[in-house]
Amino acid sequence: MKPIEIEKVQEILQSYENKEVYVHLETTNGAYASHINEKAYNVGAFIRNAKLAYSKATIVGDGKTYRVGLKTELGWVYAEGLSDWIINEDEQLLLAGHDREGRLMVALEISEAPFK
Amino acid sequence: MEKHVVVIYPHPDDEAFGAAGTIAKFRDEGVPVTYLCGTLGEMGRNMGNPTYANRESLPGIRKKELIKACEVLDIELEMLGYRDKTIEFEDKEEIAADLKGYLDKIKPSLVITHYPDYAVHPDHNAFGAAAIDAVAQMEPEIRPTIWAQAFSNDHLEALGMPDIMNDITPFFDKKLDAILAHDSQANLSLNQQRPNEDPALDAKERAKMRLGMEQFYTWKF
Repeated sequence: MKPIEIEKVQEILQSYENKEVYVHLETTNGAYASHINEKAYNVGAFIRNAKLAYSKATIVGDGKTYRVGLKTELGWVYAEGLSDWIINEDEQLLLAGHDREGRLMVALEISEAPFK
Repeated sequence: MEKHVVVIYPHPDDEAFGAAGTIAKFRDEGVPVTYLCGTLGEMGRNMGNPTYANRESLPGIRKKELIKACEVLDIELEMLGYRDKTIEFEDKEEIAADLKGYLDKIKPSLVITHYPDYAVHPDHNAFGAAAIDAVAQMEPEIRPTIWAQAFSNDHLEALGMPDIMNDITPFFDKKLDAILAHDSQANLSLNQQRPNEDPALDAKERAKMRLGMEQFYTWKF
């Protein structure tokens, strides 16, 4: 993945507006967090292949990390801490944020076909 | 001597970090070893260091790494196709039946798996429990021995000392090669300085301290 280029990502997010898309949304600090450090908490959530449509997409950020909000008919999809992006060979938009060791902390991915 | 050893863990690299020295010792003795690997570690956090994988490319990368690690260890591999992080939510009886199908075919004399409730990751605990169920369903006279691996911080307190303690330092280089085959996962785990470790030791010495002994509890039915 490469550092987010906000104009390009904004344009791609908008290209999916009002279409039926599949979303992967995830945040994690790993299954070993409280094993390695007893003061840490294990926290994580993911939803894979949520089928939805959004009417408005916006990416906002300070040049390093970004937030994305997708406005749906009845609610929102939100991700914070995104820093990297890529369009992969399956033409899926992948956005992710990594810690300083390169471990994934958050991911928001959008695809017109279901994720495998 | 064991006839055939089956290793049952959920993730690519569990075999390398957890049992590669023991596996290498069995292979050195000419004992066949089969790894039943539950998932492709699809939800792993480590994306290589520096990062080269992403959530969608990770399963394919880890599959190749798993195949390579099994080549390094010279063992048979079966990939069972479950999904990382979800094993505990599947029907335990179905997973046990799936595992039993392999065990009925392979007829191992020893099964190595995780100790349910004392193996930290929910996938470890659930897959270990299913493996033990599968063995429990076999007729007592053909039932393999089970070595169950526990490493939660409270395991010694709860279970006492493990009865199987394999000093695998003679096979440590092989174990390291197996770990390094899991390139996207290996570096951080190997090099990370844990709070309880002597910072004066270099990474390999630390790894040897941490990974040079492989311990198991013989399961009692």
